[in-house]
Amino acid sequence: MDLDALTGCLASSACLVTQTTSGFIIGMLLFLVAVGLTLIFGVLKVVNFSHGAFYMFGAYFAMTAYQYTGSFALAMLCGAAGTALLGLIFERVFMSRVYGSDVLMQLLVCYAFVLIFDDVVRMIWGQEFKSMGMPAAFQVAPLFIAGGVVPPYYLLLIGVALVAAVILGLGLARTRIGKVIRAAAHNPGMVSALGINTGLIYGGVFALGGMLAGLAGALAAPVRSLTPGMGFSVLIESFIVTVIGGMGSILGALIGAILIGMIRSFGSLGFPLFTEGLMYLFMVIVLVSRPTGLFGKEVA
Amino acid sequence: MTRTRKPGVSRRATLAMMGAGAVTFATPWVARAQAKTIKVGMPTILSGRVAQLGTSSRNGVMLEVEKVNAAGGLAGRQVEMVIRDSKGQPQEAARVSRELVNTDGCELLIDAEASSGAFAVHEVARDLGVLCLHTNSETSALTADPKQHIPNAFRTARQGVHDSIVGGSYAAAIAKAKGLKKWATCSPDYAYGRDTTGEYVTYLKRFAPDVEIISESWPKLFQPDYTEVVTKILQAKPQALYSCLWGGDLTSYIDQANIYALFSQMEVFAVNMADYTALTVVKNLPKGIHSGNRYIKTYPATSENAAWGDAYKAKYNEYPTNWSWENATAIMLLAEASKKANSVDGKKIAEALRGLKIKSPFGADGTVTMRAEDQTLVGYAIGWGTTIPQEPYVPQVQAGDWKTIFELEAEWKKTKGYT
Repeated sequence: MDLDALTGCLASSACLVTQTTSGFIIGMLLFLVAVGLTLIFGVLKVVNFSHGAFYMFGAYFAMTAYQYTGSFALAMLCGAAGTALLGLIFERVFMSRVYGSDVLMQLLVCYAFVLIFDDVVRMIWGQEFKSMGMPAAFQVAPLFIAGGVVPPYYLLLIGVALVAAVILGLGLARTRIGKVIRAAAHNPGMVSALGINTGLIYGGVFALGGMLAGLAGALAAPVRSLTPGMGFSVLIESFIVTVIGGMGSILGALIGAILIGMIRSFGSLGFPLFTEGLMYLFMVIVLVSRPTGLFGKEVA
Repeated sequence: MTRTRKPGVSRRATLAMMGAGAVTFATPWVARAQAKTIKVGMPTILSGRVAQLGTSSRNGVMLEVEKVNAAGGLAGRQVEMVIRDSKGQPQEAARVSRELVNTDGCELLIDAEASSGAFAVHEVARDLGVLCLHTNSETSALTADPKQHIPNAFRTARQGVHDSIVGGSYAAAIAKAKGLKKWATCSPDYAYGRDTTGEYVTYLKRFAPDVEIISESWPKLFQPDYTEVVTKILQAKPQALYSCLWGGDLTSYIDQANIYALFSQMEVFAVNMADYTALTVVKNLPKGIHSGNRYIKTYPATSENAAWGDAYKAKYNEYPTNWSWENATAIMLLAEASKKANSVDGKKIAEALRGLKIKSPFGADGTVTMRAEDQTLVGYAIGWGTTIPQEPYVPQVQAGDWKTIFELEAEWKKTKGYT
C-alpha cells in the first residue's frame, strides 16, 4: 500500500489528468466489450461466454486489413464489420438453437466455441503473437494537458467509444428499431404475435454485440500483442463490468467500465500489489449492497 | 548298479539345442530392443501469448535431434521427441510431464517451461527420479537453492543472477556516467520477474550506490493492458527504468509505452529485448534500449554462432530465440554425456553431465560447461548493448566477464544462505 503516492497524485493536476485519462482508456475499451455482452443478455437472455472471441477476431481482422491496405480507417471498419457478420452467422447457425435451454447448456456451448475460435485463429494466423503496430498518423508526441500526459491515439479511442455509447443509447431509446428491440427483450411473444420477425432482431442484436466487441479489438490492436486466446482476460473483466453495472443495462456497462478503469488506474498508485484484488473487492461490495448491480432491474 | 546310456539325444545335447534355439529366437528381440528409439518427453508452451517461444524451443531441440539421429542416436538409439503443450500453466506442465513418463514411456525429460511451470516439473522429476533438463527457466533459485537440488535435474538455461551481475555492472557504469540516480522497475509478478529484478537492483546498487528505486510495478504475467503501469512510471519521473518483461508482454508494453513517449523520457534497460522474438515483432522499435543478449546471431561474433543461426533460419524461416539455443544446448549436452557414458540410462547420463564441458556456438569462449556443484550451465556468452531498429539490432555488445560472475555469484550464494 502506497497511500502517499495516491494522495500526492490526487493533489497534482498533472497526475490527475494522466491517471484519469488512463482510467478512461481502460474503461472505454472494456465498455465496448461489456456493452455487447450486456445487450445480448438483455435481449436474448443468453450469457455469451464466447463474447471475448469477437474481441479477438476484431483485432486480427483489423491487423490483416491494415497489413494489406495500410489504411487505419479500413482496418477499424474490417474489425467491426467482420465481427458483426461473424456474430450474425454464429447466432443463426449455433446460438439460436440453445435459446431457452438450461444456462449450463448455453455456457457449455459458448465455452466449446471459445476453444474452437482460438483454434481457428491459430490455424489462420499462427500461434505466435503478432503486433499490428501504431499507424504513422498516431506516431506523434503525446499531448501535455495541465502537465498530464495524454496520447492522441487514446483520445481517439475514448472518443470512438463515447460516440458508440451515445449512438447505442439514443438508438435504443429514440428509434423504432430500438423500441422493437426493447419490446422484444421485455416480451418476445407479444412482439412475435405482432408479426415482427424476432429471429431477425435476435440475429441483429448478436451481430451488434459482436461488432462492438470487434471494434474494441480493432482499436486495441495497435497497442496490444495479438494472440489466440487474447479474448479471455478481456471477457473476465467485461463480466465484472457487466455484473457491477447490472446485467442488461447499457448505462450500467458504461458507468461500471469507467469505475473499473479508475480503480485500475488510481489503484495502481495507491495499492500496487492489490489492483486486481481491488477490482474484485469492488464487485463484491456492489453485489452485497445491490445484488442486481448498480443499474440492474429486479427480476420478478 | 550301472547306468547304461539310452540311444537317442542326450540331455546335454537337448539343453544345448534349447539354448541355441533360445538365442536364435531371442536375437531379433535383443536387436530390436537395442534399436528401440529412446523417447524424450518435452512439456512446453505451445499456445497462448508465449507460444512463439515454446515453438522456438521445439525447433531448437529438433534441429539438434536430427543431427544426433543422423550420427547414430544416443548410444545407438534413435531419439524420438514427444512434445506436449502445457499452455503455460504450472498444473498442466506437471500433469503433462507425469503423463509423458508414466503413459508415453519417456525415459528423459526436457522441461521447456518458463519459471512459472519449471518448478512444477522439477517436483515431478523429484518424484519420478527421471533425468530432467530444465531449458528455459532462468530463476536462480531453481538450481542455486540447495533445497531445490535433486541429482537428476540440470539446467541448460541462462541464470538470472548471472544476467544481473553483468547487467547491473553495465547499468551502473552508465548510471554513474549520466547521473541516473532515480530508477523505476517494471517486471512480471512471478518467480522469474521478482528474483531477477531483485538481483539486478542488488548489483546496480553495489556498483552505483547512489541509485535509488523510486517506483516498482509488478504487472501480472500475460497482462493485456499496461496503461496504468506506464502512467504510474511517468508519474514517478524516474531517470531510468529496468524491466524483465519478455515475449508478447514486452512487445505489448513497448507498443503502449511508445505512445506515451516513455522511451524518450528515460533511459530504459530491458534485459529481454535483444531477442528476435521481440526485435522483429515490434513495429516501432525504439532506438537505444539497453538489453542483455538473448539470442542474436551476431553475438558471440563467431562463424559457429552465425552458422547455427542461419541453419535455424533456413529450416524454420525465422531466426531462433533465446529459448532455442537453450534447448539446443540441452540436446548437445545429452549427446555428449550419452557418448561419454555409452548409455542412455538416466543415472549414467547424469553422472557424465556433471562437470561436462562441450564445444558450443553459444559459449563465451566457444565452450559451455555443466557446472557439477549446482548442475547449471556456465560459460555461455553474456553481454549487454543498445538496440537499433534494424539488423544487426544490437551492433555492439559489451561482454560480461565470467571470472567476475563466478566471484560475485559465490558471494550472492553466501548472502542467500545457499552455501
